[in-house]
Amino acid sequence: MSQDEGMFGVNGTGDTSGFGGLVRTGASTGSSERPYGSYFDDVADDLERAYPDFNEAIEAVVVQNGELTLHVKREKLEEVARILRDNPNLQFEMCLGVSGVHYPEQSGRELHAVYPLLSMSRNRRIRLEVSVPDADPHIPTLVEVWAGNNWHERETFDMFGIIFDGHAGLTRILMPDDWAGHPQRKDYPLGGIPVEFHGATVPAPSERRSYR
Amino acid sequence: MTFDPYASSRETTEGRVYSVTGGDWDELSTEIGATKEERVVVNMGPQHPSTHGVLRLILELEGETVTEARCGIGYLHTGIEKNTEYRTWTQGVTFVTRMDYLAPIFNETAYCMSVEKLLGITEQIPERAQVIRVMMMELNRISSHMVCFGTGGLELGALTPIFFAFRDRETVLDIFEEVSGLRMNMAYIRPGGVAQDVPADAVSRIREACRDMRKSFKDNETLLVGNSIWMKRTKDVGYLDLAGCMTLGVTGPILRAAGMPWDLRKSQPYSGYENYNFDVITTDTSDAYGRFLVRLGELEQSLRIIEQCCDFLDKLNGAPVMVADKKIAWPAQLSVSADGMGNSLSHIREIMGESMEALIHHFKIVTEGFRVPAGQAYAAVESPRGETGVHTVSDGGTRPYRVHFREPSFNNLQSTAAMCEGGMIADVISAVASIDPVMGGVDR
Repeated sequence: MSQDEGMFGVNGTGDTSGFGGLVRTGASTGSSERPYGSYFDDVADDLERAYPDFNEAIEAVVVQNGELTLHVKREKLEEVARILRDNPNLQFEMCLGVSGVHYPEQSGRELHAVYPLLSMSRNRRIRLEVSVPDADPHIPTLVEVWAGNNWHERETFDMFGIIFDGHAGLTRILMPDDWAGHPQRKDYPLGGIPVEFHGATVPAPSERRSYR
Repeated sequence: MTFDPYASSRETTEGRVYSVTGGDWDELSTEIGATKEERVVVNMGPQHPSTHGVLRLILELEGETVTEARCGIGYLHTGIEKNTEYRTWTQGVTFVTRMDYLAPIFNETAYCMSVEKLLGITEQIPERAQVIRVMMMELNRISSHMVCFGTGGLELGALTPIFFAFRDRETVLDIFEEVSGLRMNMAYIRPGGVAQDVPADAVSRIREACRDMRKSFKDNETLLVGNSIWMKRTKDVGYLDLAGCMTLGVTGPILRAAGMPWDLRKSQPYSGYENYNFDVITTDTSDAYGRFLVRLGELEQSLRIIEQCCDFLDKLNGAPVMVADKKIAWPAQLSVSADGMGNSLSHIREIMGESMEALIHHFKIVTEGFRVPAGQAYAAVESPRGETGVHTVSDGGTRPYRVHFREPSFNNLQSTAAMCEGGMIADVISAVASIDPVMGGVDR
């Protein structure tokens, strides 16, 4: 026997707009097709020529928004970085730090480290991206290649818990030393308290209704 | 026994620790003089008038020579990057403007450029909006360099420069107030353009301000350039050569003072910088004095750019300042009236009295925001301190998935050790002042 609940037959969110049925597809993670355009083909070719393990080390070459991203296996990161820095055709003399990104839904590659590289000699930019599982968040350090990555790696460790193997002083840099957890991970709450305002209460930002 | 925070000394596992509160130097020097230890670790800051904000310097000294220098940061960490993940893309501007609080326009522009890259509308930003962005950035460069001269001078014991510097900074902040309604943290640059057009009479007043500033900049110039005390405090101090800059990722005036003419405005032009005539200022001394000269030279170049902006603005009078796509453009309009900045009455009349659809549209864009295609982008601008780069990730929603600021202050502060070790303790102040770190940007 069926059983009706409530008065108006509305269950769940009560959304009658139909927008609740929208499905959004995320960014594609596959490799881009050649030609990549701009100087990107030259960079890929030069790296391939200079680095015999290219096919093994580079998981994907993605061109998006006019930017080239090389997805590198972590075991090969330092080798790739050294060639990108030292090869006379590449000359990426400067690394502009590390940015971590946490994708909890990408199982087996939850944590990403993103390195924007800059070649002043050739006026080019590319990006390296390394992904590691949450259960084994180790990436080799690049401080030996670009000393300026020191603080950036400490920040990424502090915020995401990525451990940069070989870093000489991988300690927290922005949060207090005895802080528990890594604040920029998606499973770490924003915190905040409800705000009283003229008798009404505005919930904390993370508790407010939001559009996806 | 209770702990007395004002006790002059106490034993710890690291050795004897002395607390200095000022005015107790004689007591301290007698006490230290009695020990045989020559190596002293000084913890300077985070509350110290000469550390350029809440920067903590940990200095190991032998006599007056610094053998090791380390920075302790994080005292101004506000979690802005995390907070932006809980607001719409437009609201993000309000947060990022508070990072490097002396260069708010640069934070906003870099952030908006990365959002626009993700949206694929970089080419659609109206020309007038780009000119306004450039003008605001260059005005901001002046106000930021002024704080560098003023506080940098104070830290070295030069008390006059800050009066000249803050007088000129005030001129710039008045313009900001007139254009955006706010003197700092304006959230004026928005994804798709700028929040509102510059007031009709502002352009002529900006021209006038440029003329005034060109004259008044001379005050600090004549006071400091070639001044023997200033030279002694800054020349050959805080040395960092080109190789050091490259490996440490140092950009901005420090890099240009090492002889490298690298300026993103010239090398990778954005916002239409290729349309302006200006020079990249360099010196080759790699020291604090060279950095001072670079910043001084940049003031004049900024004035040149602002004057060209005024000409462009005259030509583009009445042109749009927000992208034409109504699904991205912020619907609310502001206007200045007798009681200050507020909602534009004509816009209120339209949405409240004339068009139901306009009201719905306003409500949707303001509360829900716009969706940004999934992906990642990096955009960089030449801020007063170097490359401000923004790495933005979208999952296709109305809120940023991740916003990361590559702050030049954060990066450049790493060079403190390279600049200070082996030098005198007094030169640490000079070196840090020449890095010009802004702790709001360092800690974010």
